[in-house]
Amino acid sequence: MMMDSENQGFEEAQLYSSRDQMENLVVKEQLSSKSFSNYRSAMSSLSETHHPLSPPTILTPADSDPLLAPTIDRDVRNPKASDRLFSEPLHFSDVNSVPFDGNSFSDVNGVESPSKSSESSGGLSRSSSSNLEYIQITVSNPQKEQDVSNSIVPGGNSYITYLITTRTNMAEFGGSEYSVRRRFKDVVTLSERLAESYRGFFIPPRPDKSVVEGQVMHKQEFVEQRRMALEKYLRKLAGHPVIRKSDEFKVFLQVQGRLPLPTTTDVASRMLDGAVKLPKQLLSESAIAPQEVVQPAKGGRDLLRLFKELKQSVTNDWGSSKPAVIEEDKKFLEKKEKLRDLEQQLSAASQQAELLVKAQQDMAETLGELGLTLIKLTKFEHEEAVFNCQRVRAADTKNVATAAVKASRCYRELNAQTVKHLDVLHDYLGLMLAVHGAFSERSSALLTEQTLLSDLSSLKSRAEKLEAASSKVFGGDIARIQKLEQLKESIRTTEDAKNVAMREYERIKENNRSELERFDRERQADFLSMMKGFVTNQVGYAEKMSHVWAKVAEETSSYSKENN
Amino acid sequence: MEQERGLPGSSLSPRSPSSQPYLSVSVTDPVKLGNGVQAYISYRVITKTNFPEYQGPEKIVIRRYSDFVWLHARLFEKYKGIFIPSLPEKNAVEKFRFSAEFIEMRRQALDIFVNRIASHQELQQSEDLRTFLQAEEETMERLRSHDSGIFKKKPADLMQIFKDVQSKVSDIVLGKEKPVEESNPEYEKLKHYIFELENHLTEAQKHAYRLVKRHRELGQALLDFGKAAKLLGACEEKAVGKGFSELGAKSEMLSNKLQTEAHQLLMNFEEPLKDYVRTVQSIKATIAERANAFRQQCELAETTKLKEINLDKLMLMRSDKAAEAEMEYKELKAASEEATRKFETIVALMHQETIRFQEQKTLDMGLAFHEFAKGQARLASGVADAWRSLLPKLEALSVS
Repeated sequence: MMMDSENQGFEEAQLYSSRDQMENLVVKEQLSSKSFSNYRSAMSSLSETHHPLSPPTILTPADSDPLLAPTIDRDVRNPKASDRLFSEPLHFSDVNSVPFDGNSFSDVNGVESPSKSSESSGGLSRSSSSNLEYIQITVSNPQKEQDVSNSIVPGGNSYITYLITTRTNMAEFGGSEYSVRRRFKDVVTLSERLAESYRGFFIPPRPDKSVVEGQVMHKQEFVEQRRMALEKYLRKLAGHPVIRKSDEFKVFLQVQGRLPLPTTTDVASRMLDGAVKLPKQLLSESAIAPQEVVQPAKGGRDLLRLFKELKQSVTNDWGSSKPAVIEEDKKFLEKKEKLRDLEQQLSAASQQAELLVKAQQDMAETLGELGLTLIKLTKFEHEEAVFNCQRVRAADTKNVATAAVKASRCYRELNAQTVKHLDVLHDYLGLMLAVHGAFSERSSALLTEQTLLSDLSSLKSRAEKLEAASSKVFGGDIARIQKLEQLKESIRTTEDAKNVAMREYERIKENNRSELERFDRERQADFLSMMKGFVTNQVGYAEKMSHVWAKVAEETSSYSKENN
Repeated sequence: MEQERGLPGSSLSPRSPSSQPYLSVSVTDPVKLGNGVQAYISYRVITKTNFPEYQGPEKIVIRRYSDFVWLHARLFEKYKGIFIPSLPEKNAVEKFRFSAEFIEMRRQALDIFVNRIASHQELQQSEDLRTFLQAEEETMERLRSHDSGIFKKKPADLMQIFKDVQSKVSDIVLGKEKPVEESNPEYEKLKHYIFELENHLTEAQKHAYRLVKRHRELGQALLDFGKAAKLLGACEEKAVGKGFSELGAKSEMLSNKLQTEAHQLLMNFEEPLKDYVRTVQSIKATIAERANAFRQQCELAETTKLKEINLDKLMLMRSDKAAEAEMEYKELKAASEEATRKFETIVALMHQETIRFQEQKTLDMGLAFHEFAKGQARLASGVADAWRSLLPKLEALSVS
């Protein structure tokens, strides 16, 4: 079947870590050079907007749908050629030259195509003229495994693991191919760790835990959905210029064997954890490393700290005490507002895009049904014909029926592509979550800083009072002096913590800023690319349908009133 | 003299006295009259003809739907065997009844109805047609309300005798349980064909109607999507903002094309299919009439024979009832011959009508298919052109 050979060729095409392998790329003969040059010009124009300091291109090519990455040119020495492996919107001439097979769009009915995810991942449509860095991640092969340790229930807990295969030429990875087995919990852990380490970055949101209660859908469907979601998520991470090089990510992708689960997740033990680790200076006791304090208060742990910060934020809000630092960055606040509007409109557009897709789908179905009904009528009329005019009518009906079926197919294929293009809207809507996360990290860092400042000031005033009181006692007050010493120690610790907090806040602010810049830039490029793809697609299929129907109109023109 | 519907026979002008006979009618100008529950639509019916039986070369009258119903009923009564052209459906959902679309669909169907009658060799001679096309509105109103009662009653004498006779004849002879049917293989085939055809056509019409709906829905989706895109464009800056605005505007514009096509599809494809279904249903009505006529013919023939036997008996016995019986026998024989004649007329007519029907339907559907294909081609090329015009702009935006 045509599709399979195309798939295969494509698979091979991706393994070009060396020049030799590049030269083995399968050429897509069907595609005209015209489309290639169009694509090229599009790509080169995009690269001109590429920030000179941003990291080199990452290729996470579509691996299963050749229609998404239609052109692999023989001229592989040209670095731009590798860019072709991106999901690219079909040029309309491709529509006519690539044979369409209904099976290629089996994923169209609401189900996410994995190859589409690559279009949404970070540095996808940005080209660079020099470095050919790429990383390709596949999630496959779900298997049931038993949790033999820790089983309260005899027979143990079973869970699903997925095979995660990474192919890369990135230096940081020190190798070219890895396979590990991971379960969903591991992904959750990864996302939590990334969130901790990369505060302020727009970290792509991980897939939902959504446990399917009562098995509304078959386990198989659920597993498949999850598999695709995981793949999409990992590819998005791989698309992020900073995160893709993170230790957490590398460990996740490379290290064999089971990942340690996060230390007990139940609330009770977490609270115990927290109670042990309570920032002791808050209890006026000995110090803890400032870095620990600086991490945002997590639910379960740091209960006391949470309460403190809550109090502080209330104080801030009511403005009863003047905090030392306020969010004065007007530009940031403006930007935040704009992003809020953007999110709103994005959400609306995303919804309407869904409805448009549905309308196209319905059209395809109804045209198909009409076609089939007319074919039945044709057969009937032909079989039962007594008069010649009946056979003529049967033939006419057949022409229309065939055209309707063709048009139905066109709409289906059009829709499959539309889904892929308009998915960019959905993806960016999802990314807004990451933006929220990054902004809230900033707020929380600011809050931490402000809390510490306020603590510091109250500690200092207590010290002052104690000093004053103790100086009134003749010969000194040993008890008070001891206390004073302790306080002074606390002050030093808190001062250190405050400094760390300030640095952290600044760091996060900077992360926010650079991410915003990247976000804006990439969003521009992705949206324009989406629009072009969407429009090109519409043109292609509309032209095709117009030809199909024009032919039938021609064939039936003798019946037209004008001609009679 | 087969005439195209809606067109005058041959291209000769109405004014030349030696031209071919023609009768052309148009149903136009729907106007809502009356108030509230009593409200109805009236149509202008314009007749142009050179038939001698008609009052003049042109006549304009005002008619309403129930007048057309009257005409149909009269023709159905009088011209058994002929496939009387069908009327558009009587009932409609209340709120839909006065929508512009419904009114237009009905007007078109009524126009087709009258023209088919006017171009039918036999039906065009009908006196009732002349009345319909020429009578004053008051006359029409009188006829309409008067005749609505008549058709409930059975035509008198024939049936009376038949009923009397039937009660005297044994069930076994008549086989009252079994319906009497023709054993004509060709006719059987036709009946089977007609019934099957109705199923196919009904299904096709259903899908055609859904297709109209899909066009409307797609149009709406494009409109909403366009609006959302424009709003999104307003949030974005520079190139992207402009891109979305243009995209949104284009999408909105295309929405109109889809609504237009939806309407075209309804009038030029779905309606003809519906009309086809109605025609098939009118054939079914004629089939029922033929079955009735056949049954009557059989039963009358049977009872006449019995009467003859009875008469012979009475005459042999020199009964004084013989004279009366002979009279009855003669009446019955006449009626039986009449019934046979009627049945045979129906058979002959149906044969002709079937040919006419098949040929007409090929033309009608050919036209409907043509319009359908033309409309879809027009829509598709319009869509392609519209989107295509956007590409250079998007290209330019990508570069900037």
